[in-house]
Amino acid sequence: MSPSDNGVSRRRFLQGSGAALGGLVLSTWLPGFIPHSVAAEVTAAGRLGDQAPRGYGAYVRVGHDGLVTVISPKIEMGQGAHTGIAMMVAEELEVPLSSVSVEDAPPDSDLYADSLMQFQATGGSTSTRHSWQPLREAGATARLLLIQAAAARWGVDAAQCEAREGVVHGPAGQQLPYGELVDAASALPLPESVVLKTPEQFRLLGTPAPRLDTPNKVNGKAQFTIDLQVPGMLVASTLTCPVYGGKLKAVDASAARQVPGVRDVVTLENAVAVTATNYWACQQGLQALTVEWELGEHAGIDSEQLDAALHSASSKDGVVAHSSGDIDAALSGAASTFEAVYEQPFLSHSPLEPMTCVAQVRADACELWVGTQVPAFAQQTAAAVSGLPLQRVQVHNQLIGGAFGRRLDFDFITQAVAIAKQVDYPIKLIWSREEDMTHDMYRPHYVDRLTAAIDAEGKLQGWQHRIAGASVLARYIGSLPESGVDSDAVEVAIDPIYALDSLQVNYIREEPKAIPVSWWRGVGPLRSTLALECFIDELAHKAGKDPVDYRLALMGQHPRAQAVLKLAAEKADWQTPLLAGQGRGIAVSAVFGSFVATVVELEVQADKGVRIKRLVSAIDCGLVTNPTSVLAQIEGGTLFGLSASLFNEITLEQGQVQQSNFHNYRQLRINEAPGVEVHIVPSSEDPGGVGETGTALIGPALLNALAAASGERLRRLPLSRAGYFPVKGA
Amino acid sequence: MIQLSVNGTQHQLDVPDDMPLLWVVRDVLGLTGTKFGCGIAQCGACTVHLDGEAVRSCVLPVSAAAGRAVTTIEAVGQSALGAQVQQAWLDHEVVQCGYCQSGQIMSATALLQRQPAPSDAEIDAGMAGNLCRCATYTRIRAAIRDVDAGGAA
Repeated sequence: MSPSDNGVSRRRFLQGSGAALGGLVLSTWLPGFIPHSVAAEVTAAGRLGDQAPRGYGAYVRVGHDGLVTVISPKIEMGQGAHTGIAMMVAEELEVPLSSVSVEDAPPDSDLYADSLMQFQATGGSTSTRHSWQPLREAGATARLLLIQAAAARWGVDAAQCEAREGVVHGPAGQQLPYGELVDAASALPLPESVVLKTPEQFRLLGTPAPRLDTPNKVNGKAQFTIDLQVPGMLVASTLTCPVYGGKLKAVDASAARQVPGVRDVVTLENAVAVTATNYWACQQGLQALTVEWELGEHAGIDSEQLDAALHSASSKDGVVAHSSGDIDAALSGAASTFEAVYEQPFLSHSPLEPMTCVAQVRADACELWVGTQVPAFAQQTAAAVSGLPLQRVQVHNQLIGGAFGRRLDFDFITQAVAIAKQVDYPIKLIWSREEDMTHDMYRPHYVDRLTAAIDAEGKLQGWQHRIAGASVLARYIGSLPESGVDSDAVEVAIDPIYALDSLQVNYIREEPKAIPVSWWRGVGPLRSTLALECFIDELAHKAGKDPVDYRLALMGQHPRAQAVLKLAAEKADWQTPLLAGQGRGIAVSAVFGSFVATVVELEVQADKGVRIKRLVSAIDCGLVTNPTSVLAQIEGGTLFGLSASLFNEITLEQGQVQQSNFHNYRQLRINEAPGVEVHIVPSSEDPGGVGETGTALIGPALLNALAAASGERLRRLPLSRAGYFPVKGA
Repeated sequence: MIQLSVNGTQHQLDVPDDMPLLWVVRDVLGLTGTKFGCGIAQCGACTVHLDGEAVRSCVLPVSAAAGRAVTTIEAVGQSALGAQVQQAWLDHEVVQCGYCQSGQIMSATALLQRQPAPSDAEIDAGMAGNLCRCATYTRIRAAIRDVDAGGAA
């Protein structure tokens, strides 16, 4: 549902006041749900009918001090979400940005479920998209009520008053700050509708704003989960069975207990934990353990076996996720066909803050302090493990030291609660980097097999696209719908920006079993974009056409995609000839509600050193909230994807993940990082997502550039597999 | 007992000689601005200054720091140069998740201390030990270029 389908009149606001709620409180809702818990609370405050709908709920509170607090279900993990959210509210509420603060919402699936994902989560590049309409409406509604309250006090028409900088101004020069009006405003009936500003009227939105959360991140004051101290707390660290699905058989902890600082050795079904006064003692204790594992059924699995199974699956039919035209007729009647197989490896998330969670389990309550993208799931797993009712579990969300999808899972939270349950003090579970990397939930290995039908004139008739891989969606929510189609896996593939007479997409689910899978920045659209953009590039070359011209001719239905493609090409001097050994590659896609194109210009040396000379991106993400965040996300997201494309692949040997730390799962360093030029297309369309877009485009642009420069068409990431390595210098 | 000077304060600490400085600073002294990322000197999140030089505290035994001046992110802003670097980080909107930035700022300050106007190649060489998974590298480079260390020194 797009925001424009969902006008103000159909949305309800909760409104409340008084000491219990601390000023004027508005809560935003999308239609279709009933919020039992809060309905009761706010009805008690006297302001709510019992039919208030629920859904995406963020609270906007104007306090007696005039300060504004937004309780947001969208967390800050470095993407700038909280700053953007504050800007949306400040814009319509007519307050300075500095008077708005954003707090994390507590876990409550009823209240804070994302309107698209249907659960409380930060992910899928949704924070701006799903906040944009309701938060501006909440701000505008609050402003209207405050103006009406002032007008009533002065005995003037509200239309003669206006609000600026947190103050209502009357026709005779009267002034009242918001803080003095919140009680009166809370007693007023809600307006039937509000008029939102047009983009031309924005004073904050679309203008660069400094991030609200960064000052404490440059002086050591910002506290992440790993930094927390709870009274009586000890540090815990674990050794988990090196094979997924394996169990702990026996442990001799006598030597570990002798390590100074070690308090307890706790056994779990598949792990041993040591608690101690500090992390170092925990590690010393773990090293002193003698552990015997029951490695289980996956102990004999190597990557080669998983590869072979996946390749074999990629030729099967699976289920049809999309079919238009007649691909069988197109292929059988084609003058020529062209097949290519693209492959993307298992990947670890490896955020720099390893998995960490502070947990305390008492007889009557459980408390968690943890940076999580899914606080309601954290609460649920803690309740399940501790045996306590949901309402006895408190979750305090924390700053996140990188997530990239990893903190959409809560395996480490489950483990922390299981440890805390066995001891009578709070614990701070800290995974070593080795535990983190070898016990990640990995981005699946995928194989995309595409077969195109080309007619006698060389015109593309359509293609069949087979997508084979594990289903993250099924693992995450428990099952797939009856159709058997994983909607994430086939996203973008079933709706490419290219006009094709025939298109068939088959989804072949192939579970590796020996390795758990999860969301990774870019998710399904990243995978599809790599396959489609490499394939279309190969088709262009086969047709003897320029890759930009070839794409443009097929993109007539997508003027915004055409525009970013043209802009990126123009800014990257696409037409300027290059020397031998140099090349440019391009990719374009419609992902997360935005349109993005990326050009890579590079040079390949005889020794396979790759010197990236330029990275140029153009994005149309609709109305921009904070241009600074858009630029930073494209820059960082692009280099994040470049790092994985160059270097990363998780492999299994005897069921065990072979990569354990940054020495053998290396990451892009500053001396290997090219600059990223980003161009934003001015747009008045609804906002699109940004955080994952750069990551989704760099892989295919890189592979296409490599082909243009060297003639070698790599179809499998990472580049290091084929012996390529980055070389710095323009 | 180990005699340790951290941010100008003297501490007498009863800790094992081989305990890494990182965990003494974080878990014993409670200064948590210095971060843990890898434990094997691959990521630089744990960077502190030892007599003004950037070192990876996750692999430095505390005994090696005894009798020398340790400076952490909590105190780097007390020097004019450190404060300038922190401000440049904000001016250039370097920070995303922020977890690595303590280490980045410590490395950058040490670099600028010895090379007040580093070339891009010198910036790359001086900062190559610090990973940023959000990949804020282009802004880190711009922020360092922008610090007028000659004026601060």
